Formats: sequence, C-alpha cells, structure tokens
Amino acid sequence: MLAILGWSLLKIVVMLGFAVGLSAVLTWMERRQSAMMQDRIGPVRANIGKLRLKGLLHPLADALKLLFKEDFIPPRARKGIFVLAPLLALIPVLLVFAVIPFGPPLCLDAWRTVGPDLAACRPEPLQIAHIDIGLLFIFAVASLGAYGAVLAGWSSFNNFGLLGGLRAAAQMLSYEITMGLAVVGALLVYGTLEPMELVQAQATLWDWGIVRQPLGFVLFLCAAIAETKRAPFDIPEGESEIVGYFVEYSGTRFMMFYLAEFLEIVFVGCLVATIFLGGWQAPGLADDGLRLFGHYLPLSHGVVVLARVLTFFLKVFLLCFLQLAIRWTLPRMRFDQLMRLGWKTLLPASLFNVVVTAGVLLAAQAAR
Amino acid sequence: MAKIVTIKRTFWDQLYLPGVVRGLGITLRHFFVNTFGSKEIETLRYGEWDRPDPPPSSDPDAWRGKQKQRLRPERFRGRHRLMKRDDGSVRCTACMMCATICPANCIHIEAGERESPTSRSVEKFPLRFEIDELVCVVCGLCVEACPCDALRMDTQEHLPPVEHRRDAVLDREQLLSRAGVSIARDGGDGEDWRERYDATIGEARQIYRPDKQGHDDATIGYRRKPSS
Repeated sequence: MLAILGWSLLKIVVMLGFAVGLSAVLTWMERRQSAMMQDRIGPVRANIGKLRLKGLLHPLADALKLLFKEDFIPPRARKGIFVLAPLLALIPVLLVFAVIPFGPPLCLDAWRTVGPDLAACRPEPLQIAHIDIGLLFIFAVASLGAYGAVLAGWSSFNNFGLLGGLRAAAQMLSYEITMGLAVVGALLVYGTLEPMELVQAQATLWDWGIVRQPLGFVLFLCAAIAETKRAPFDIPEGESEIVGYFVEYSGTRFMMFYLAEFLEIVFVGCLVATIFLGGWQAPGLADDGLRLFGHYLPLSHGVVVLARVLTFFLKVFLLCFLQLAIRWTLPRMRFDQLMRLGWKTLLPASLFNVVVTAGVLLAAQAAR
Repeated sequence: MAKIVTIKRTFWDQLYLPGVVRGLGITLRHFFVNTFGSKEIETLRYGEWDRPDPPPSSDPDAWRGKQKQRLRPERFRGRHRLMKRDDGSVRCTACMMCATICPANCIHIEAGERESPTSRSVEKFPLRFEIDELVCVVCGLCVEACPCDALRMDTQEHLPPVEHRRDAVLDREQLLSRAGVSIARDGGDGEDWRERYDATIGEARQIYRPDKQGHDDATIGYRRKPSS
C-alpha cells in the first residue's frame, strides 16, 4: 500500500514537474523564439543580481507579478462561476497527464541487470494511472476544458467575453471530432486504447504512428493545435484585436488560464509523441541495450529506462518547439475559414483516413 | 469601377500544407541563423551601449569593426558641444544668433566682456551658456545659425537619461567638455577673403582639408565652386 502511494507520488512529481516546468519555460521560449524568428532580441532583462540566463528568469518574474496583482471581479459578474471557470480550464489539463506514459515499465530491484525478465519482478509502469481506456479518458477530460472557456466568457458580464466564449465553444466542438477520428486510425492499427500498450506497440521506427498513419498524424496535429486555441486558430482569444473570453480576468486567475494554455501545448506534445512518435521508444534502443546497424552495446535496465524517459521528454520538447514555430509562422484564420477547414476539409479527411485504414487492415486480415 | 480578379488555386495550393512547410522553413531558418549562426538582429541595446572614447570622428570604419552596433549617420544631430579656439578659450562670442533662431527657446546665454586676443578691443563672450536638452527639439538650427562654428551637434551622443530635470540643462562647462578646436581661423579671414580665395582656390582647398593634427574635421569651411 505504502509502496503504491510512494510510486504514485513519485510519478506525479516527475510528470507534473516536467509538464508545469516545461510550460513555464515555454512562456519564455515563446517570446525568445519568436524574437529570434523575427530578428529581434526578445526579453532578456529579468535578473537576480548578475544572473540573467538569457531571460530565463522572466517566467519567475511574471509569476510573481501576476500573484501580487489585484484580483479583480467585475461587479456584475456571476461570482461563483467566474471563480470556478479558471479552475475548470486548468484542472482538466492537469488531469490528462495522468495516463501519459513517460517511461517504460521499471524494475527498480533489477536496475543493474542487462535485460531483466520483467514478468518476474512485477514492473512499475512509468505512467501515473494505468487505465485500459486511457485515450478515451484523455478525450473525455480534455473536452471539459471547453467549459472553462465558455463559462469564463459567460460569467464575466462582458459582451466581448461572451462572444469569445461562444467562439471557443464552437471551435473546440468542431475540432474535437476531427481529433477523435484522427486517432481512430491509430487505434485500428494498434488495437488498443491504453497509451502504454500503444507505445510498446511502436517498438521499431517502422511501427511508429507517423509511418503507419501519416494522414492521421497531420490531421491530429492540426486539430490538436486548434484545441489549444493558439494561432493560427486563436480565434477565441485573438488578443490583438478580437477580444477573447478572459478579458475580465486578472492576476492569479488570468495566470491560471495562461498556464492552462501552455500546459495544453505540453499536453498536445505528449499526446502526439505517444500516439504517433513512439512515446518513450528511441530507434535502436532495445530493452537490453543499444542495437544500431548491427552493433550491440549492452546497457543495464536502469540506464535504458532513464534514456527512454529522457527520449520522451526530448520528443515532447521538440513538439512544443514545433507548435511555437507554427504559432509564429502562420497568420490567424477568419472564423468562417476556420469552420470550413474543420468541417469541410479535416472532418472528411479524417473519415477517409478511418475508412482506408479499416479497409487495408481488413484486406491484410483476409490475405492472411 | 471595381474589377474582380479571381485567383485560381490549384489543389496543391488548397492543401495549404506545402505553404505551411515553406513558411516554417523561412521562420526556422531565421531562428537557427539568429540562435546559432551569424546574427541578423538589428536591435540596438539602447542604454546598454558603451560608446568608445574618443568619439568616432576620425576613422569611422575602424570603429565600426570593433563594435557590433552600427555607426550613427554621419550627420546625426546629437548632444550639443561648444568649440574652442586655438588658445583653448571658448569660441562663442555671445552673438545670440542661436538663441534667437531656436524655435524651442532652449538656449540661454548671458554675455560678458573680455579682452580680444586678436585685436586690441574688447569682445563679448558667454558668461553663461545653457541649453535645456529636454526642451530642445533637435532641429539643428542653432548650429546653422552660428557664424563662428562655436556650437555643434556632432557628438553622435544621445542625451543620457537623467534623474532630475536640472541635470538635463547643460551649462557652459558641460558643453565645453567635449570641445574640439575648429579649423576656422580665429578672428575671421579679413574683409577681402573672397577675393583671396578666388585667386588661390587650390591653396584654399589645401588649407581646409581635414586636418589630422589637432583639428576635428573640415565639414565646415569655405567651400565654393570655382567660378568659371
């Protein structure tokens, strides 16, 4: 019992530490990366004494600033819902990390041995919750995030906020369908809804989701970026001109929305890495060591697990980088373009993907 | 009348993905060049910029090589300075031309009397010479108006930020602190200068060429086209 508790706590600390830490770094990366893309310098001035770290202290300064800002609630806002909305935006995003596997099953006792018999030692999967319907859980919980946006816009007694909330609702509903259908292809290929098994099925590069489901990958990435409500799909917020659903929020509550947005980026990175990029699998890294081009370098179990965890984190980081790059490259779509893309392009394409995948699998089955 | 232009988009265009990838290529190229390669960043870090001393009037190219920041334009109007005579006294004769033409009324001169070094009479000189740089509109008219090459704005310096407004009022000594010696001849060239220069135009050019010993430059001087 105590062991289960300890393991769970440890895994929660690692996973959420990574996710929240990375999202804090992303707030800095977003500004510095965009600066580098646009030949600017970006924020580098926050410092503790002489320590500047190229501006890495800015997230810290931002958090401090937001924590000490006035917590303003508009006089005619629905107070209860107004207070609840940021939590509704933040908590689901934190919850979905529960089923993301960030490493392979670990046998702590046998960490020195090379390629231990995992069945013998009851390995601990490096995943906070091992749920058989993991992906369904992810979609169910992630879609709760829309409520946060809608209620925030609705309760703040502000026309712009309300309209922003409505836009958010419409957009997230539209793209969730594509997102779900894009994954169905992968589910058909791998035959499981459990993220850990999904990753284990992608042992070689040839088995990766991006190879088996290239169209599904593109569709999923598209829809997932739309779900994070960021450019080119940042119509719910549109901070520069069409005011978004959290206009009336300030201080800590605003920070919750902000954190939720960046956590969503990390979450999308995790999800894409898990479903399409082999999760913690690294090409050439087998259970008992490095096998590359006929060479073999034996590595102990602990080293392999650590390398795989780092691989996963690296993949997520690179995917976050890609998302930021996309956000600073593409202009925002108009709302009707967004809807047309969602319903008339992505949805049929994802349906097509499902049908073709099913057909190919059926043919393969019949041939066998 | 409005003209409707229909743009035909091929299927390839409508896929958008090639366009997206191309766009990403451009932005990522900039990212990697600026992060790891030779930087193309144009930003000047104003306020953190250490200018070398002395100011880059003599050899701008050498200065440019040393500094990452680029040189300000040659005729950049910066902080004012007063010029000196050969003997080190202030060139200004307190004629009030600059204070008169100043559209912002930011120049305040109090004239005094002193022995003239070139003749046996007395001449005016500024007891007080103050320019309020916060009021100044940096038009450069004072420099144009000055008949003695006594006031210049060629220091290439921005006025540094000040904590009190009074610190932005530059007095005579502050204005003289960056003084140089003008190449114009003390006391003028006499009444018949025009005839003399027309006669010896080549020699005149020789005289008013940028002087590397002691004199700052020769942007002002009597430049006339040779009368044909």
